[in-house]
Amino acid sequence: MVQHQVKQELFALNGDEAVALAVKQSNVDVVAAYPITPQTIIVEKFSEYVANGEVQTEFICTESEHSAISASLAASATGARAFTASASAGLALMHEILFVTSGSRTPVVMAVANRALSSPINIHGDHSDSMAERDSGWLHIYVENAQEAYDSIIQAFKIAEDSDVSLPIIVGLDGFTISHTLENVNILSDEIVKQFVGERVLPMVMTHEGKTVPFKLDPDNPMTMGPNVSPNYYFEFKRQQEEAMRNALKKIQEINLKYAVLSGRSYGDGLIDTYQLADAEIAVVVVGSTAGTLKVLVDELRSEGIKVGLLRLRTFRPFPVEQLQKALKNLKAIAVMDKSLSFGGLGGPLFNEVCTVLFDLKQHPLVVNYIFGLGGRDSNPTGLRKIFENLQQIAKTGQVENVVHYLGLKE
Amino acid sequence: MSGQEKSWKELTIAAVSPSSSVNFLTGDWKTYMPVCDFEKCVTCLTCVMLCPEGAIRWKPELGQITFDLSFCKGCGICANECPTKAITMNMPEKEE
Repeated sequence: MVQHQVKQELFALNGDEAVALAVKQSNVDVVAAYPITPQTIIVEKFSEYVANGEVQTEFICTESEHSAISASLAASATGARAFTASASAGLALMHEILFVTSGSRTPVVMAVANRALSSPINIHGDHSDSMAERDSGWLHIYVENAQEAYDSIIQAFKIAEDSDVSLPIIVGLDGFTISHTLENVNILSDEIVKQFVGERVLPMVMTHEGKTVPFKLDPDNPMTMGPNVSPNYYFEFKRQQEEAMRNALKKIQEINLKYAVLSGRSYGDGLIDTYQLADAEIAVVVVGSTAGTLKVLVDELRSEGIKVGLLRLRTFRPFPVEQLQKALKNLKAIAVMDKSLSFGGLGGPLFNEVCTVLFDLKQHPLVVNYIFGLGGRDSNPTGLRKIFENLQQIAKTGQVENVVHYLGLKE
Repeated sequence: MSGQEKSWKELTIAAVSPSSSVNFLTGDWKTYMPVCDFEKCVTCLTCVMLCPEGAIRWKPELGQITFDLSFCKGCGICANECPTKAITMNMPEKEE
C-alpha cells in the first residue's frame, strides 16, 4: 500500500479549516451558507478563498439556513456540486428542506459542527442537532479529529454523488473539540484531490418526452423534479431511498479503501473503526471525538491486564447492522455512549439502535447506556474509567442493575 | 403487480415525471358537472378566461365552448359568472 501513497504536506489546522480546505480542493461549484457557531470558521475561511480568487465557486450568502440548504439543493438539481455547513439551531431550521434534498436525490454535502440545541442556549458540542435529523434521509458520518474531517469531506463528495447512491450527506465534527482545536493535518495536493473526487457523475433518467438524459435541470432536456405524488406511488419512492442507503454501505467501504491506497489513511472499514476489540471481553461503543480519549484509556486498562476494547461508529446512516453484529456479538458487556438524549425514551438514539441490531442474535452482550457530554460537558479519562469499571462488574455478575447512566452529571 | 402499475425498482428516481401532466387526469373527483345551454350562450368566453383549470375551451370549428371533464373539478365559477346563465351545474346521475 505504502508505495502508492502520494506526497503530502503537514498543516496546522483546526477542524473547520480542514473542512474548508477539503471543500476548496474538491472543486465545488456552489457554496450557500449562513454562519453559526461552531461552524462559522468553515464558511468564513471558504469566503476568503472566494475573495482571493483561489476558487471558481459561486458563494451565496443567504438570509437563513432554510435558504442556504434550499439554494444548495437547487444548485445540486442543476448538476452542480454543492456544499453547505451548519450546526444546532441552523440545522434545525433546515429540517424541512433536509427531507426535500434527500427525496430529490440531490447529493449535497454538509459539514455539521455538532452543537447543543436551545434552551437553555448553549454553543458547545453535543450530538443533539444531527441526531434530531436521523430520519431525514441523509447519510451521516461522524469524525474523530481534524484529519478525519478533512479526509471525510473529500470522500463525502464521492459517496454522495455515486450514481447508485445519489443522496445528500452530513459529515459531523464535534463542536469546539474538533471544529476549533488546532491539530496536525496531512494535506493532499490540489491535483490529487481533484483527480480523486473527479467530475460529478449524473445518473441517467427517462423524461416525459421519452428521452434518456442526465439527471439535472437543463433547458435543452426539460424534466419535472419534485412533483406531487399521490398515495399510489409515494411509498415506492421512499423505498428507492432506502435502497440507495443500502448501496451506500458498500460505497463507503470502497471509497475508504481507495482513499487509503492514496493517502495511507483509513478509518476502519469506513463504517466502524475498532480498537483492541478482537479479544476484548468488554467494550465501549461511541461516536465522534471521544473515541480519541477512550483509546488512551483502553491502552491504560490493557496495561493493567484488563481485556477492554473500543468500537467507534463512523457511519451512523446507513447503520452498519452486519458489521456491528459481527464485531459485538462475542463480548460479555458493552456500554453505548450517547452525546444526545431521547427525552422520555429508554436511553439515547445510538443505544437504541445498537440494542436493536443485537436483539435477534442467539448470543449477545449485556448492554448499558451512558449519556454524556451534553452541552459540551467535558469527558476526561478519570470519568470515562467509571464506564469500564461498571462493565467489569456487569461481566462478572451477569447482571445489569441500571440501564441508563448519566456520566459526569452533578448528582 | 396488476395492469400498468410499476414496481419501485422500475420507477425513475426522485419521482422525475415519466409523463406530461396533460396525461395526469385530475377531474375524477368532481361532484357537480357544468352543462351549457347553447341557446342562451352568446360566446362571450367569460367562462374560458375564468376557469381556474383551463378546462373550458373555445372550439372555433364548432362555434362552441367545450368542457374538458378530465380536468374540470366542478367548482362552478363558470356557471356563477356566466352573464346569460347559460351554464348550470348538474349532479351527474349515479350509475346503478
